[in-house]
Formats: sequence, C-alpha cells, structure tokens
Amino acid sequence: MTKRMSFGAELERLEAIVRNLEDSEVDLDEALELFQEGVKRLKNARKLLQDTELTVKKVIDAADGSLPDDDVDN
Amino acid sequence: MSSDGAWTVAQVTRRARQLVEAGLQPLWIKGEITGFKTYRSGHWYFSLRDAEAQLRCVMWRTDNQRVSRQPEDGLQVFVEGKPTVWEERGEFRITVKRLLPMDGDGQWELQLRKAKAALERDGLLDPARRRPLPQFPARIAIITSPDGAALHDILTVIERRWPAVEILLLPTRVQGEAAERELCQALRLTNEIAVDVAIVGRGGGSREDLWAFNSEKVARAVAAVEVPIISAVGHEQDVVLTDLVADLRAPTPSAAAEAVVPDREETTRAVEVLARRLGRSLTSRTMLGGERLERTADRLHVAMFNQVEQRATRLSMLSGRLDALSPLRVLQRGFAVARDDRGKVLKTIRDFTVGKDFRLTVTDGDVRARVAGEEP
Repeated sequence: MTKRMSFGAELERLEAIVRNLEDSEVDLDEALELFQEGVKRLKNARKLLQDTELTVKKVIDAADGSLPDDDVDN
Repeated sequence: MSSDGAWTVAQVTRRARQLVEAGLQPLWIKGEITGFKTYRSGHWYFSLRDAEAQLRCVMWRTDNQRVSRQPEDGLQVFVEGKPTVWEERGEFRITVKRLLPMDGDGQWELQLRKAKAALERDGLLDPARRRPLPQFPARIAIITSPDGAALHDILTVIERRWPAVEILLLPTRVQGEAAERELCQALRLTNEIAVDVAIVGRGGGSREDLWAFNSEKVARAVAAVEVPIISAVGHEQDVVLTDLVADLRAPTPSAAAEAVVPDREETTRAVEVLARRLGRSLTSRTMLGGERLERTADRLHVAMFNQVEQRATRLSMLSGRLDALSPLRVLQRGFAVARDDRGKVLKTIRDFTVGKDFRLTVTDGDVRARVAGEEP
C-alpha cells in the first residue's frame, strides 16, 4: 500500500549495521555482508532524501464504503 | 434544642443550610438579572428571575473580577453557583462563581464549558493520552478544506522540508452547518486509511468560524483517531476543544506542517555522519582482519617450529637409543667381534680351527688374526 519504503526503518537498520560493524566481535565474513547491506540502505536513504516530489491524493468516503483516491493537482 | 423543647432560630437556619448544601450540587442556572447592587466591598448582590420565581444571588468580589462587564438589570444570564442558606437572614440564595451573558458569547461559552467538562470526565483531556509523533512519517492525512489557505500552507511547508511523503487529503467543510458532521466523518475515515499521522485544522477566523472545532462531537472524533493527530487551528489566544484532545496543538497550519515532518537538511547531515561511520567501520575492520591474519601467521609459524623442534628432539632421543643398542658401543667397552673372511661371526670354539685366518673387529677398526692353537 505504501509506495515508499519507510525512511525511519531504513535509517534504523543502517544505524544498527554501523553499530554492529563498530563492535569488533563480528567476524570478517559477517562484517562484509553487513557492510554491503549498509551500503544498500545508505543508497535507499539518500534516494529518499533526494526525492522532491510530493504526492497528494484526495480521499473521499464513497457511499458504498469504498475509498477512491483522486490525484490532486499540486 | 433548648430546655423548653423549641429550636432556636440559628439552629433552624444552620440545619437548613446543611441540608441545602448537602442536597444541591453547583448548578448552571439561566435567568434575568433584577435588583442588581454593588457596594464598596466590591461584592455583587442581585436576583435571578423568570416568569415564575426569583432567586437571591451573591457574587463575591474575587469571583466577579473575572466577569468582563458588570451586568445590569434586565440582562439575561447564565450563572454557575452553589445553593446555600444565608443563616443570618434565613435566606435561600445562590453563591455565584461564574456569570455569562446569555447573548451569543455567553451561549458559546456555556456550551464550550459543558463540552469541556464532559470530555474531562471521560479522561480525554488527560495529557498522558498524548502520543509522540512519528519521526519519519510516510503517509500523512490532512483533514481540512480543499480550498482553504490552511491546505496551501501545509503543503508548501511539507514540500520544502520533507517532500518524500504521501499526503492523503480528506476534504471537509470547516465552517457552517455541515462542518461538524463532515469533520466527524473525515476523522472516522482517517482510521480506515493507513496513515502514520494526521493533521486536522483550518486558518484563523472569528469565533463563529471556529465553532466546529469547539464541538464536543468533533473533539471526540479527534480523540478517537488511532494515529497521532495534530490540531492546527489558526488562532492566537483561545485554544479550541480539538487542541485539548489532540496529541499536539499547533498554533497555525504551517506550524503543524513544521512539526509533522523532519527537516531534510538536518536529516541529510545525520545520514552522512552514518555514511562516514560505515566507511570507517569497514576500514578499521579490514585492519583488524589484517592484524588477525598476521597474528595467525605468527601462531602458525610458532606451531610449525614447535612441531619441528618436537620431532628433532624425538629423533635425537631415538638415535640415542639406537646408539645404545649399536654393537659399536659394545666394542667401545672392550669387546671384540671375530668374523671369518665371509663376514660370518665366529661365536664358539668350534668355529676356530687351528691356523684359521679371521678378522677381529675392535672399537677403532679391524685386525687380521690366526688361530694359534687350542686352549689347554
């Protein structure tokens, strides 16, 4: 339903990855895997930050209880 | 009671006061002011009347100071007061705490106070009900007029601060007869669409314009929204009822937009800090890995060395034992070995015939020998 990934979830995961990597208990294989995931999350977060298009939809309570979304000119 | 069995006057009025005060809680009463008098003390004395009856009232100075204008005879008012009996005069009267003129303002205010009291009774004004707003909302419901300045202001601010969101507009009228019903409907609808946070509001206006936001029904609908909700009614002094039940009160729709989304620049900086930490973590990680590898090599080396050493020791032990068993060692102790030309060891007398040549091996070499004769 949500077209965009939750920025909060991305950021939270990224923070966890960095903390994990900074903790030297993780072994090298796992660290590399985490790093790769971190890079991916970072890319997503940066992409969301650069997203400049605001989406506006109009929700009208139809008589039959359905919820049509109308795009609104913004 | 006195000895003749009769009550004193003071006993009766005291008893009457006790009964009245115990039996009648504070009330809202409407009526017309008559016989208004004020004295140097500043207290107000008047009666309230309607077509059928009159009530004596007093309003003490500390309470009447809060009333914006002094009432006159003939004014229709609402009063909130506590019924009592003035013992010295044996007079039933109302001690008035609040007085509102029954014109437009008084009506509004009375209604507002009643609604507020009802909300309070149901615990809806409890500050502990307030929920924190989500830090990074993805979908935001906005309940306002599709044509109002409020919507424009909200969208402008969100677009500048954090455009990576989806806005779901639930259009309603925000003033007039239909506003209350439409606001309630839109607020209920908010619970059926998946949003992270909601804003309900409108721009500033007169008291009548803002009336729907003082409706108890609308306030209850705001309280029933399942996600955090901001009340954003453009007004400076008075708070409206929806402000009191919402999770956050914003003084204007723009302020609501500022509160609902994070600041992109600030967040970008935070993300870049994380990016640097991520980069550094791997660098230090590879360094750690390198160190570990070196340590491992060292250990390997040591292990190998130990292995070799152990084997060498074992070898020398074994060779020592071999050495001990060697016939050469026996020869060293002075024994000699006799062998014939073909190398066969000569062990018994029978092996030595007289005149036989043989070789005698001693510790540092062989000597040629011949049997001279038999032992006597």
